[in-house]
Amino acid sequence: MTDKGRTNASEARLKGLLSRGLDGEAPAYQAFLMEMSAHLRAYFRKRLARLPDDVEDLVQEALLAIHNKRHTYDAGQPLTAWAYAIAKYKLVDLLRRRASHEALTDPMDDETDFFSAADSEAAEARRDLGKLLDQLPDRQRLPIVHTKLEGLSVTEAAQRTGMSESAIKVGVHRGMKALATLIRGAS
Amino acid sequence: MKTDDLVRLLATGEGSVQRHAAARRYAIAIAVGVVAAGVLMLGVLGVRHDLAEAVRLPMFWAKIGYVASLGVASLLAVLRLSRPGARLDRVLPALAVPVVAMWTLAAFVLAGAEPGQRMGLLLGATWTECPFLIAMLSAPMFAATLWAMRGLAPTRLPLAGTAAGLLSGTVGGLVYCLHCPEMEAPFIGIWYLLGMLIPAATGALLGRRVLRW
Repeated sequence: MTDKGRTNASEARLKGLLSRGLDGEAPAYQAFLMEMSAHLRAYFRKRLARLPDDVEDLVQEALLAIHNKRHTYDAGQPLTAWAYAIAKYKLVDLLRRRASHEALTDPMDDETDFFSAADSEAAEARRDLGKLLDQLPDRQRLPIVHTKLEGLSVTEAAQRTGMSESAIKVGVHRGMKALATLIRGAS
Repeated sequence: MKTDDLVRLLATGEGSVQRHAAARRYAIAIAVGVVAAGVLMLGVLGVRHDLAEAVRLPMFWAKIGYVASLGVASLLAVLRLSRPGARLDRVLPALAVPVVAMWTLAAFVLAGAEPGQRMGLLLGATWTECPFLIAMLSAPMFAATLWAMRGLAPTRLPLAGTAAGLLSGTVGGLVYCLHCPEMEAPFIGIWYLLGMLIPAATGALLGRRVLRW
């Protein structure tokens, strides 16, 4: 298969996975994020040659961003363009934070080969998201811990914490956004 | 936390995602922005006393059409710029069309006028206040648009801020049409545009700080 053919196949498969994920299918969504993390890693590793220790942290930050912004994906739009724009935004944002002069130059590439490179060899992340999670207030931390780490249903989590079911959902949603904000403050 | 663990965490326990998030947020923003600008205009400025006669004049509707078509084009720009990877394509020409049309009309008006009257056509009676009143009326919409945009994912922040400011400027300008007595194309081509560009420039400056995610 040619490079272009492979990229088109990735586009179609990932689009299907994301679309099922947006409908609430957790396994499809997990497969989507897993594959996306390999593309992100390949992309960042190539562009952060001088900051190799930042790669895995940035992969995690971009994954969280993709998750928190997944409602902005429009099915009529190429997924490559959407995912690439988020990856590039997070890359430039990191370079800006590092006040590196590299930030002044736009990465010289475009979305066409974003899905053609993948790297599934994760390095250790330097920033521990678990510790950042601990910093969240209980009304956000407990819903995340119960529904996402312990795998309880929303109803079970509500019973366990004495919170209402909608407070659990809101807590998870706001907590994930707060986590993204903490990441930007911590690096 | 390892990346695989993060992926598992992100994917676990999520329900389905509501579609049309952008449309919903901007519908709320526009409703809030228009109502607030209307209340501000009625409270601070008042409706022009001859509105009943003015609505029968073509120029009144040309003015509305000019501001409204800029509004539609800037809304398209705002929607595109709220979404990663969406292209602007023909939105920029769409923004230029109403401006070029009004300037063309203004050029004819000026060319046909006596030399001594041209200054009056350009400055009207209210040029010192018009841009600032439009900017003032656009302020609630400006805040509402930035709120809507922050819930989405703009990646070109200064440009997104500019488009958000321009959209709110057009809402301010549209409501201002109900107060403003000026009916000459040269005036509208300059001072209305300037009024709408004040929030646009503010958005360009604030974009990177306010819209970052």
